[in-house]
Amino acid sequence: MAEYQNIFTRVQIRAPAYEGVVLPRGAWGRQGKGAFSHLLGRFGDAQIGPIYLGTTGLLSLICGFIAFEIIGLNMFASVHWNPVQFIRQLPWLALEPPSPANGLHFPRLQDGGWWLMAGFFLTSSVLLWWLRMYRRARALGMGTHVSWAFLSAIWLMLVLGIIRPVLMGSFGEAVPFGIFPHLDWTAAFSIRYGNLFYNPFHCLSIAFLYGSTLLFAMHGGTILAVSRLGGDRELEQIVDRGTAAERAALFWRWTMGFNATMESIHRWAWWFAVLCPLVGGIGILLTGTVVDNWYLWAVKHHVAPMYPHVFPPVADPALGAAK
Amino acid sequence: MKQQLMVPGFFIAVLGLSAALSGCEHPPVETVQGGYRGLGMEQIINPRTDAVRAGKNALPVAIPPAPTDGPLASSVYQNIQVLKDLNVAQFTRVMLAMTQWVAPPDQSCNYCHGSNMAADDRYTKVVARRMLQMVRHINTDWKDHVAATGVTCYTCHRGNAVPQNVWFTDPGQSSTSGLIAGNAGKNKPSAAVGLTALPYDPFTRFLLDDKNIRVISDAPLPDGNRTSIKQTEGTYALMMHISQSLGVNCDYCHNSRSFAVWDASTPKRATAWYGIRLARDLNTNYLVPLKATFPEHRLGILGDVAKVNCATCHQGLFKPLYGESMAKDYPELQGEMHPAAAAPASPPPTAALH
Repeated sequence: MAEYQNIFTRVQIRAPAYEGVVLPRGAWGRQGKGAFSHLLGRFGDAQIGPIYLGTTGLLSLICGFIAFEIIGLNMFASVHWNPVQFIRQLPWLALEPPSPANGLHFPRLQDGGWWLMAGFFLTSSVLLWWLRMYRRARALGMGTHVSWAFLSAIWLMLVLGIIRPVLMGSFGEAVPFGIFPHLDWTAAFSIRYGNLFYNPFHCLSIAFLYGSTLLFAMHGGTILAVSRLGGDRELEQIVDRGTAAERAALFWRWTMGFNATMESIHRWAWWFAVLCPLVGGIGILLTGTVVDNWYLWAVKHHVAPMYPHVFPPVADPALGAAK
Repeated sequence: MKQQLMVPGFFIAVLGLSAALSGCEHPPVETVQGGYRGLGMEQIINPRTDAVRAGKNALPVAIPPAPTDGPLASSVYQNIQVLKDLNVAQFTRVMLAMTQWVAPPDQSCNYCHGSNMAADDRYTKVVARRMLQMVRHINTDWKDHVAATGVTCYTCHRGNAVPQNVWFTDPGQSSTSGLIAGNAGKNKPSAAVGLTALPYDPFTRFLLDDKNIRVISDAPLPDGNRTSIKQTEGTYALMMHISQSLGVNCDYCHNSRSFAVWDASTPKRATAWYGIRLARDLNTNYLVPLKATFPEHRLGILGDVAKVNCATCHQGLFKPLYGESMAKDYPELQGEMHPAAAAPASPPPTAALH
């Protein structure tokens, strides 16, 4: 058992490949018989497959592939089909949304139509994958927690890509598909709306993001630390608290006076992860629709602190009749 | 077995880290606080790159001053249209300086003059005459930007017939056609905008055309500002260019908590505001009208003239040539020296400043 004290996985369980529970009547069969990979076993379970594709999985992959191809081929075309330049410039390349002047009309393909199509297929792909996750969880008799957490991320994606642009009356408000371009878009978005750091929902989202990493580190660390005492059997310890759960709880009560339980820590983690994109999406949705300058909004509501001036007063030259 | 894996693994990790960091300047760097403490309004100075820059920006030795008496050059030489206020010694001094600062060494005076010195038979001479008017215009009418430091030909030229930092309108991705998506004038690695994916030609729209630079709203709640994110990216690109050209970061002019608010900005922002208008004025009133004068090989892909932006003078420094005034050594370039004696040579300077 001392093997578990290592921060890397040193134990690989090998057993005959397990097919999974009996499928309900009418469902697709699983693909593959299952194989083993020592390398992947160092990171997770060594058994690969069988995989369940299903209708939604297949459609999702097809839609995702179409979106990927629309984006990738347009990028490739933008460097005149030069493979070297495609690789070199890839981080800069993008498929741009329509011009803001286009409003909510369906533009020509070369003027943003491709972007709309890529967005449609990507959205379809993601929603189908969501449905697949929901249905697979149901088929296994599980709760549907994972799919709802996934939906929270989808919410943020849809707010950025379609809901807010529609509310603003222009597809041009949406994010380009591209590596650097979407980052530049993010910075420009914050600049345009007077600094997103003063958006309280952005603040909350960051708190949940960093909080998620903190909880992850605390929980992962705690369980590894008590695995020698059987703490890795978290599910059993939820209903039948053993010395691992007791010691883990005591550790946190000693260090910070309060502790989660073997069960509630997972609710903490789930809610922090879910709330991060959920409140983030609300913050994006309010930007430009309800609030136009978050810095001035924060000044108005006495959120932004004021600092002493260290420079002589600077006046806007455009206001004076300077020239 | 495990040890065998560890050694190559270690080397791969070291190589990977080295590759990832190879684009970075090595520490230590110095920071200089600009704004109120705790705001992070700091300029980052790398003493090693600074030393290289300092060498490139050393001033050339000034030509000894000319005596202020003597006959006017215009009474001795023919076809003098701009420097009519200078005496022969001063005039000769300016010609000598221009030869050092601008003309290729192997061509010297011949770069602009043929056998008949008075003739306007070389395009370079016609351009140079207009550039002299431009220098005097900057030193006289743009003190809001150049202050008493002023400019000379050397500020931009640095010994090159054409200044190293000029720009032409970028034709963009016109060569793609048919159903292929356009790139909206952005999304390619462009040194002009600091290798971002931002619009790669912010110059045409802001330093030639007078497009709106201000994108941020003056009010907390929506009040009719329909500026798009794409327009914002244009402004962002211009700001990246300024940052690159001056070797400074955003906080040199702005308190980044609010790029828009003037009373949180540093006084340098106002200087930069005039600088943008100065560049636009020079491009519109001095450079573009020279289009017909230039031969084809001096023009851009779209047949436009070379134009100025912030880098043309600044060349990576917050003040060109570290703010050392060359113009003070060249009163001939400051403006008309004997206004009473000379007829106005420059066009009305205040046109199209806004």
